[in-house]
Amino acid sequence: MNDHLPIPLEVHDLTVAYQKKPVLYGIDLEVKGGSLVGVIGPNGAGKSTLIKTIMGQMKPEDGYVKIFGQSGRKAVTRVGYVPQRESVDWDFPVTAMDVVLMGRFGHLGWMKRIGQRDRSFASECLEQMNMLPYADRQIGNLSGGQQQRVFLARALAQQSDLYLMDEPFEGVDAITEKAIVDLLKSLRDQGKTLIVVHHDLSTAREYFDQLALLNLRLVAFGRTEEVFTHELLQRTYGGKLTLLSEVGSRKVDPRHPSVPIS
Amino acid sequence: MPRKRAVGLLLALMFLPGVDLLWAAPISSENGRDWLERATRFLHLEDPSLQVFLLGAILIGTNCGLMGGYVVSRRLSMFGDTLSHAVLPGIAVGFMIAQARNETALMLGATLSGFIGVGIISLLKRHTKMKEDSAMGLVLSGFYALGICLITQLQQSSGGGMAGLESYLFGTLVSLSGNDLPPLFLCLGLVVLTFTLLSKELLLSGFDPTFARSVGLPVDLLQFFIWILLAFCIVCSLQLIGVVLVSALLIIPAATAGLLTHKMNPLLILSGIIGAGTGIVGCFLSYLGDRLPTGPVIVLCSTLFFLGVLFFSPSRGMIPSWMRTKKRGQRIRMENTLKACYQVLEDSAFASQSFSQGALARRKRTSDGEIEQEVETLVREGFASRLNMPLQEKSGLPGETLISLTPNGWELACRMIRNHRLWELYLTEEASYPPDHVHDDAEKIEHVIGEKTVRRLERILSNPQHDPHGKLIPSQRDIERGWVSPHPTIGENE
Repeated sequence: MNDHLPIPLEVHDLTVAYQKKPVLYGIDLEVKGGSLVGVIGPNGAGKSTLIKTIMGQMKPEDGYVKIFGQSGRKAVTRVGYVPQRESVDWDFPVTAMDVVLMGRFGHLGWMKRIGQRDRSFASECLEQMNMLPYADRQIGNLSGGQQQRVFLARALAQQSDLYLMDEPFEGVDAITEKAIVDLLKSLRDQGKTLIVVHHDLSTAREYFDQLALLNLRLVAFGRTEEVFTHELLQRTYGGKLTLLSEVGSRKVDPRHPSVPIS
Repeated sequence: MPRKRAVGLLLALMFLPGVDLLWAAPISSENGRDWLERATRFLHLEDPSLQVFLLGAILIGTNCGLMGGYVVSRRLSMFGDTLSHAVLPGIAVGFMIAQARNETALMLGATLSGFIGVGIISLLKRHTKMKEDSAMGLVLSGFYALGICLITQLQQSSGGGMAGLESYLFGTLVSLSGNDLPPLFLCLGLVVLTFTLLSKELLLSGFDPTFARSVGLPVDLLQFFIWILLAFCIVCSLQLIGVVLVSALLIIPAATAGLLTHKMNPLLILSGIIGAGTGIVGCFLSYLGDRLPTGPVIVLCSTLFFLGVLFFSPSRGMIPSWMRTKKRGQRIRMENTLKACYQVLEDSAFASQSFSQGALARRKRTSDGEIEQEVETLVREGFASRLNMPLQEKSGLPGETLISLTPNGWELACRMIRNHRLWELYLTEEASYPPDHVHDDAEKIEHVIGEKTVRRLERILSNPQHDPHGKLIPSQRDIERGWVSPHPTIGENE
């Protein structure tokens, strides 16, 4: 699929340092069109750093990133980006509708006004995330799961071919989690490419077609059934006990049900 | 004298929110005699200089209000305050170089020193462990102290030649001249132009800078541009309001607007209007008072207006919402009493249409005194009527008070019982609650559940007859037809 097009994401020998301390070493990654990739790894493995570097918000020490064969600022605008929910000020005076409309800004030029078509498209995106009844609410008055749905509606409004999402499942309820998974899969079926940072091992296998196991180095990248092996996970998470406690705590913790409700 | 003051008060009240005046009036008691005259002169705009002052105050209020809307929603209030103090040394240096009150020199000096201050903040933030608020505090007080030292030196060395410099500290209206207006107009034009043309860019970079960068917005450049605009706005406002209080003009109108709306554009517009409005009111009061400093009066006015909105705004004000809560409490208490009336009637299998007050008190497990009050409320609202029984023949004691519900009271009581029992049934049938867990929940829900939800409950439960405890649910038709209803045949009291 899409063989004639340049590949959506190419990361070559990427090394990133944070305050002089390397957090990513020589990462090579080539993601083909229509992939749904989960990026997993322990805390501090550099998952978010990888996303930020791809988005051009951190400068690599070495190596390069190409998006659809291009690099630099212009290329980044072709990516639909869902940042971590904590990265914004939820008290800001904007409504859910305003936030989704922001997804259209990349398509509008400077100083161009938002048109009726943008509005109706934004409404469709909200509707798709079941958030249309909340369009006029100030975003701070929404629950965590609803805020995340608004963020995803904004990503939909961007109509990108490549999406990068930083922990979209963080702190959402089971129903929203299911809604997000459905959305990811339907976007993939439309031929879009999605790269999603995820921290929950117990669901990673079920949600993603491909996995990138990251712990400062790229430990493995490939189809989930090939990569989600005991040995590779052990290498990613450093030891048997770490892995066990990670998965174990997910099983025990009722806030992270591994089987979606309803 | 007191009468004249009262007349002045009354006249002014016609044009002012009363609170402002009541507060400001005692300060200017010395000029009580001139009140009326001053007020008329103000309203007729007779002094040409007054026109300049007023226009200046309106322009400054609008500028600061608009900028403030952005500053406050970006959480840059402290930053605005710092910037306003950091411009002071620049003003003194501008004086020194130009050796006179040269507007351009002052403006340049102020803007430059403001930017040095901002630069120091970001250097401190980047290269030391200092937190942003401490860095701002440091720059704010350091620059302010430097500015005061420079200004004092200048005034002492040059005799009277540098008079009026202290107006930059606290601000005076009289120092405003026709020459000061063009920069104010320019500033307003720039602010309005920026906010209309770049509204979506500013909104996005303010709310979500990471995302803004990802769609290609030069967030830092925009931020820098806003800083320049803010510095310009502050410098223009200094003469009227002074270094110390200019941040109040930025923060208070915007904070007030923030209480009234949660959308960016209405917030900006409201904030601008509030800024202009308090500018006019403050000008008026300080004109009336003769010795009242304009800047502080304007700030006081906007503070009072803020408090007014905080307490009295109909939708979110503290007092209206407190009153709503209280009213709701009363309604719930009344509905609960009506429900108890129904239950008393139900206990006697609807054999009679009236019941004694004592039975109601026993049902509600309250004292006779309390029940007396609650029945009084029911009677007052037209939900029940009371009947005093004649003296009992044997004992010679007065008989018990009998109560019967009016058709309205009956309907409401049935409705409450129906809501309660439907909800209990819903919880046990659909949400699989154990029957002994549902009462407390239904006790709250019955008062807030709307007709629409009740219809949905009926559909879901397919018009049930009995609640989980086996009691009859009065149906909608029964309520309207009234065949369960004990028509009050006994007349009103006496």
